[in-house]
Amino acid sequence: MKIKLNIWKQANPKAKGRFEKYELDGVDPEMSFLEMLDSLNEKLIKEGKDAVAFDHDCHEAICGCCSLYINGRPHGPGEEVATCQVHMRAFKDGETITVEPWRAKGFPVLKDLIVDRNAFDKIMSAGGFVSIDAGQAPDANSILVSKVDADKAFDAAACIGCGACVAACKNSSAMLFVAAKVSQLALLPQGKVEAKRRALNMVAKMDELGFGSCTNTGACEVECPKGIGIDFIAKLNREYLCASFGEAE
Amino acid sequence: MSKFFTSSIGQKFFMSITGLFLMMFLVVHLTVNSLLLFGDGELFNVAANWMSSNPIMKVIEPILALGFIVHIIYAGYITLKNQMARPTGYKVSNKTKASWASKNMFILGGLVLIFMVIHLANFFWKIKFGTVDTIMVNGEELHDVYGLVAGLFKGWWWYDALYILGAIFLFLHLTHGFWSAFQTIGWDNDKWLGRLKVISYIYAIVIAGGFAFIPLYFLVKYIV
Repeated sequence: MKIKLNIWKQANPKAKGRFEKYELDGVDPEMSFLEMLDSLNEKLIKEGKDAVAFDHDCHEAICGCCSLYINGRPHGPGEEVATCQVHMRAFKDGETITVEPWRAKGFPVLKDLIVDRNAFDKIMSAGGFVSIDAGQAPDANSILVSKVDADKAFDAAACIGCGACVAACKNSSAMLFVAAKVSQLALLPQGKVEAKRRALNMVAKMDELGFGSCTNTGACEVECPKGIGIDFIAKLNREYLCASFGEAE
Repeated sequence: MSKFFTSSIGQKFFMSITGLFLMMFLVVHLTVNSLLLFGDGELFNVAANWMSSNPIMKVIEPILALGFIVHIIYAGYITLKNQMARPTGYKVSNKTKASWASKNMFILGGLVLIFMVIHLANFFWKIKFGTVDTIMVNGEELHDVYGLVAGLFKGWWWYDALYILGAIFLFLHLTHGFWSAFQTIGWDNDKWLGRLKVISYIYAIVIAGGFAFIPLYFLVKYIV
């Protein structure tokens, strides 16, 4: 198949970007979207032109590196997929595909389609961890965890930190990401110890880094490659409210 | 705790609390208004005069006004801040499935506000500061509020249309606002999310439908 591409090109964080038009022939419908970009770059390099910079690593939706806004949707067409799981069969022959980087104040563009997602690391550093020495793996029955809580914590822990929630949100809010990280730990006994501090510090960092607030549109959960629901945002709101008005730790 | 009031979640908390308060007010407002549909207006006149004269309402009135003001000011501030969180927009507008109302709450709220200004000028202002005809009910002199409402709705059809339009804006605002308020205060989970959305629609249909029914009733009663 033959496709037309409209791709954001920006030399560096300070440069003024623009959309560049490309045409690519001989695209196999079974190719992944990232393989298609690879073949575009091979062609561009052979022609002596500047290749398109884009982020990717594992190609199996666990690293959270790939981050393309394709035809108006973070991670492109399909449900619960990362960009690396999108295949060219999802597009029509002759279709024009517009590819943009994540757009958010908290995610500045580094080059072309690559954005700096260090903001998520900074939020994690503010409290997304358990600081006690957990020691060796304990006996399975020494600390009882209900199956419901274990499953919920696992659902939240599925977050790969790709930032699609921020990219999809009209407010560039990072609430789904923070909600997943706060919930994952707050649901388990080891994480409960620092739950209040964690909620307060991670939300404060999120606000400081310029992410917007949650207006409950639910766009984030639609685009989350791991299907994390906004019920976790309700949990984050609850955790934050209790931490703010409850007894200090 | 001091950080709570300036945090993004804290600001949204105020939107929710004031929103829930205003939604309770709508229930009271519609309950009183529903008396317009019964009898020749005497019942409504007694209720309307009681609402404007009893001491409890004198206390609630400024609290209600404050509720509106906080809700509106915070809406403006949060919307502005949220827009600043995306300095460069997308070329292709977002195609993610999300309810239209949820993405346009500020616009819908603004339209409801414009309607509310007209609505206050039509009734509240006239009753409070203007000259409304008085009638005698059981030896007591009362403002003829029923006459004012009936006069407006049977006199000019575009007011009927305007009030129905206002109810449609309110309906859309409430379909998202109701469940969203519970979500923001953390009173929600995976089980209740769907249920609250259903209750949202029921609440919005009852409230907005009720308010839209009143001009329709007068339209049918006097014009058709």
